[in-house]
Amino acid sequence: MEITDLTDRFGLLLVGLVAFAAVLMALYGIAELASRRNRSKLVAFIFLLPAVLFLAVGLVYPAIRTLFMSFYNKDGSEFIGLDNYHWALTDPSALQTLINTALWIIVVPLVSTALGLLYAVLIDGRRGERTYKALVFLPMGISFVGASIIWRFVYQYNGTGEQIGLLNQLLVWVGIEPVNWLNTFPINNFLLMVVLIWIEVGFATVVLSAALKGVPTEIIEAARIDGANSSQIFWNVTVPSIRSAIIVVAVTVFIATLKLFDIVRAMTRGEHKTDVLAHNMWDQALRLGNDGRGATMAVLLFALVIPVVIYQVYNVRRQQLEAR
Amino acid sequence: MSKTRRLAFLVAATSATALVAAACGAPEEDDDARGAVPDDATDCANYEEYGDLEGETVSIFGSIRDQEADEMTEAWSYFEECTGVTIEYEGSGELEADIKVRVDGGNAPDIALLPQPGLMANFADSLVPASDELTALAEEGWSEDWRGYGTVDGTFYAPPHSSNAKSFVWYSPSFFEDNGYEIPTTWDEMIDLSDQIAADGTMPWCVGFESGGATGWPGTDWIEDIVLREGTDVYDQWVDHEIPFNDPQIVSAFEKAGEILTNEDYIYGGTDTISSTPFQEAGWPILEDGCAMHRQASFYGAMWEGGIEVAEDGDVFAFRFPETNEGDNTMLVAGEFVAAFNDNEAIEATRQFLASSLYHNARLQTGPWSTANQGVDPASATTPINEFATEILTDPDVTVRFDGSDLMPGEVGASSFWTGMIQWVDGEKSAQEVADDIENSWPQ
Amino acid sequence: MSAKTSASEAPAKIGESRGERIRRMLSSRTASLVAVLIAVLWTIPTFGLFVNSFRPTDDIRATGWWKMFTEPSFTLETYNYVLYSTSQGGGLARNLINTVVITIPGVVIPVTFAVMAAYALSWIEFRGRNLLYISIFALQVVPLQMALIPLLSFFSRGLSIGGVTIMPAWELSGVQTIVQVWVAHTIFGLPLAIFLLHNFMRELPGDVMEAARIDGASHSQIFRKVALPLVTPALASIAIFQFLWVWNDFLVGRTFGGGLATQPLTAVLGDLAGTRGFGWTRLPAAAFIAIIVPLIVFLLLQRYFVRGLLAGSVKG
Repeated sequence: MEITDLTDRFGLLLVGLVAFAAVLMALYGIAELASRRNRSKLVAFIFLLPAVLFLAVGLVYPAIRTLFMSFYNKDGSEFIGLDNYHWALTDPSALQTLINTALWIIVVPLVSTALGLLYAVLIDGRRGERTYKALVFLPMGISFVGASIIWRFVYQYNGTGEQIGLLNQLLVWVGIEPVNWLNTFPINNFLLMVVLIWIEVGFATVVLSAALKGVPTEIIEAARIDGANSSQIFWNVTVPSIRSAIIVVAVTVFIATLKLFDIVRAMTRGEHKTDVLAHNMWDQALRLGNDGRGATMAVLLFALVIPVVIYQVYNVRRQQLEAR
Repeated sequence: MSKTRRLAFLVAATSATALVAAACGAPEEDDDARGAVPDDATDCANYEEYGDLEGETVSIFGSIRDQEADEMTEAWSYFEECTGVTIEYEGSGELEADIKVRVDGGNAPDIALLPQPGLMANFADSLVPASDELTALAEEGWSEDWRGYGTVDGTFYAPPHSSNAKSFVWYSPSFFEDNGYEIPTTWDEMIDLSDQIAADGTMPWCVGFESGGATGWPGTDWIEDIVLREGTDVYDQWVDHEIPFNDPQIVSAFEKAGEILTNEDYIYGGTDTISSTPFQEAGWPILEDGCAMHRQASFYGAMWEGGIEVAEDGDVFAFRFPETNEGDNTMLVAGEFVAAFNDNEAIEATRQFLASSLYHNARLQTGPWSTANQGVDPASATTPINEFATEILTDPDVTVRFDGSDLMPGEVGASSFWTGMIQWVDGEKSAQEVADDIENSWPQ
Repeated sequence: MSAKTSASEAPAKIGESRGERIRRMLSSRTASLVAVLIAVLWTIPTFGLFVNSFRPTDDIRATGWWKMFTEPSFTLETYNYVLYSTSQGGGLARNLINTVVITIPGVVIPVTFAVMAAYALSWIEFRGRNLLYISIFALQVVPLQMALIPLLSFFSRGLSIGGVTIMPAWELSGVQTIVQVWVAHTIFGLPLAIFLLHNFMRELPGDVMEAARIDGASHSQIFRKVALPLVTPALASIAIFQFLWVWNDFLVGRTFGGGLATQPLTAVLGDLAGTRGFGWTRLPAAAFIAIIVPLIVFLLLQRYFVRGLLAGSVKG
């Protein structure tokens, strides 16, 4: 590394930040003028302009392009109707990908939220709660690429020599034959899920633990006086009071799970029947050069999120009704 | 200070100390196999024909990384110095995907070192065909077989860069000598030798197919080696899908490979360890006489740990995978091709330079490498195994065929063929079932 | 926080029989055990990586990291190599700087634009407001991978409709390509940031806004003087979210970051293993360098992260 490497980069950073500040000031100036003349629609336009512009170029256009591409062949030269969708729903390996994705989006949000809630309850008010929380929260700061390297030293299997993967060494210690985890279907799918769960539980714990502290003590005391036992209090008082926090956690983890790509990429490359939609889409479009199939997988992925979007629409409506 | 904060500071302090402690100067990187650039390659007079390219920049993209990339850039550093051109090299571990994103995104590199002719065919529309001068250079430098793999639909695009000899079997010369074993020259001799070694109490074969997400590829080489030795016609038809993948000839090639790969008396550690033994380390037991032979390409020479002598009279060396038919002289090969996505004077000059024997000679001497360029002296290779490989690759009498899995569509050559090999050696599926599966995955 | 539901100690409660007390203590023991177990399980994998990053190459290859305790060995060579090597693939120090240079605008720009958009979507009346909000929410799930090629094409070919050039090609080279990474991160970060900030912004007390309005404050003044100070905690938490995402990103940096020299750390991590993956023993040290900064930032700012997230989510 040379000194110019440093000056080049930080120089660019400085120029970039200054330019951004200038743009921001210009926008704000125009908004100020419009506000004074009471033209609130113009203000809204200026406030939304940068975001909408960026989104249109970077997401809306690609989304539409993808939808069109899914009706075309490998290199986009020929319209083939629904053939790609037919492939996605009948080809055994494509079907396996869909089944795996379905498993992922059920198991990961469910387990992450449940474990997060359990852990949050267990450590609530315990001495050293912050440390407990921090330890489980740590993986959230680790990249998927980093996590995959970390977990390689857990799942690694060695056919002939000593084991360097922890999981297999544990088996050896108790006298069981080591297993080639990542090559063994179907357990390999669940082991990959463990990596994502490992990352997401911390998120669930922290949000739910904070929500738990918001549950009024009086309600719990009242329930206790009424003779409810711990599990009754938990299910009938605590859980309903933090219901919305639970839903937010589950939805956030659900979306993260659907978009998951890196862990599969880094650990199995989707081989041994471990492929999921977001990875297969990439694999089809970029590695295997089949734009049509890749796009189809992307459209299916989008379709899976529609229920969540509908739920959100319903939420917005409800809040507006409440606000009135 | 809260506990978390204390924890964070502790972590920060530890890592800062580690970083500072680690920063005791750039690491030393020395290796015996790293040679020097030959004199004629450092003489600017030899670069005059490329003209003055001062201020020009050429970007090159490839899958070569790490030390190998250093050696490569060193070999062209004098070209840069003498012509004034700047070459920006970038090595990627995800070449197929990265190159697709860049080409489709309008950001293609000037030159790409493509390891698969099949990949080149996908991008043929974006490639710049070879100029007459470059074609002439390629005709001088490479045999027709080789040039054929740089050609798409009759247009020549890309001369080869490095070349690997893949039909190699690694063995321990001293072990063979001590036990009076002869290097086999036919398949049958190899089986007889295996039986004898097994009878003498050593496992004849070490096999490992594990390679992360690409697990299974070392197995495809076995099948390719065997099919190739049935006849180049069959091989070409198979690769081009003129005969189906589950053709009886291919299934019988699987079964023939099975004489070794699924033979419990032959495989070190047992056949069930094949799919999980990393290919990089699979041959290592040869050194401890744990097994006698390991089939892997010439590049495996770089996978022996430091201090191990890779030479005909050393600790370990390789012999050619034996022929099936008397009088055949075949070699399975792989390598990269120098394809260009853009065109200007500097790019054209760089392409010509990379196809010249001046470059290939220099590269041969900057580190372990092998090439099929006719203009090089194999003896200047830095290691005996690369000398051996280069000798074979530059021998016009040897019939070469490119690694079939790199020529097949990605859905097969980089996916179902790999998976099939694993299922087959694991005993999950029979040769016929695997061949049927792979045939079904062939894109229509 | 008070020990309101604490079960760590079990003082006798009024009216509690001895049996009940023992049962309570027992279940408290089980609870402790489970909590400790989870904490340990969650920490061990990272700890293993940490240990392995200090072991010599041959040891990493041959034995598990737990052998460090029975057969200790220690080296900083791997760190030295991955940080400062001049070899292709070495020299991560440069990529670490790239990551910093990418991350700062990669957080500041999207969060700024998002807070502006969120204000307009929450407090300015205009037609199609809800539709716009829902659309932005839905954009969260457009797979990043499908946007790579069109966006890269936008940068390198420009935009022209029917032969009319609307935007010329950017023609960036060298470190300038980092600008593309900023823009890409802005785009991919906006939907979630707008969604979370909108959740928060909407919950601001309507009467405060109304009062400001009656006092004659304009929208831009309300935004600056009332809304912004009130949403600061949320801004902090969203900024941390975006920071983690940008710092840990692989695909965006890899696609838009020009060459190896200008790509961020995470994007080049995997390439360290060398052409045929033989150098994978360098990965623990490299990975540790990549994860240490976000871990520290995360631990230090955890409180803000939680506070902001919660404010947005509890109402839902």
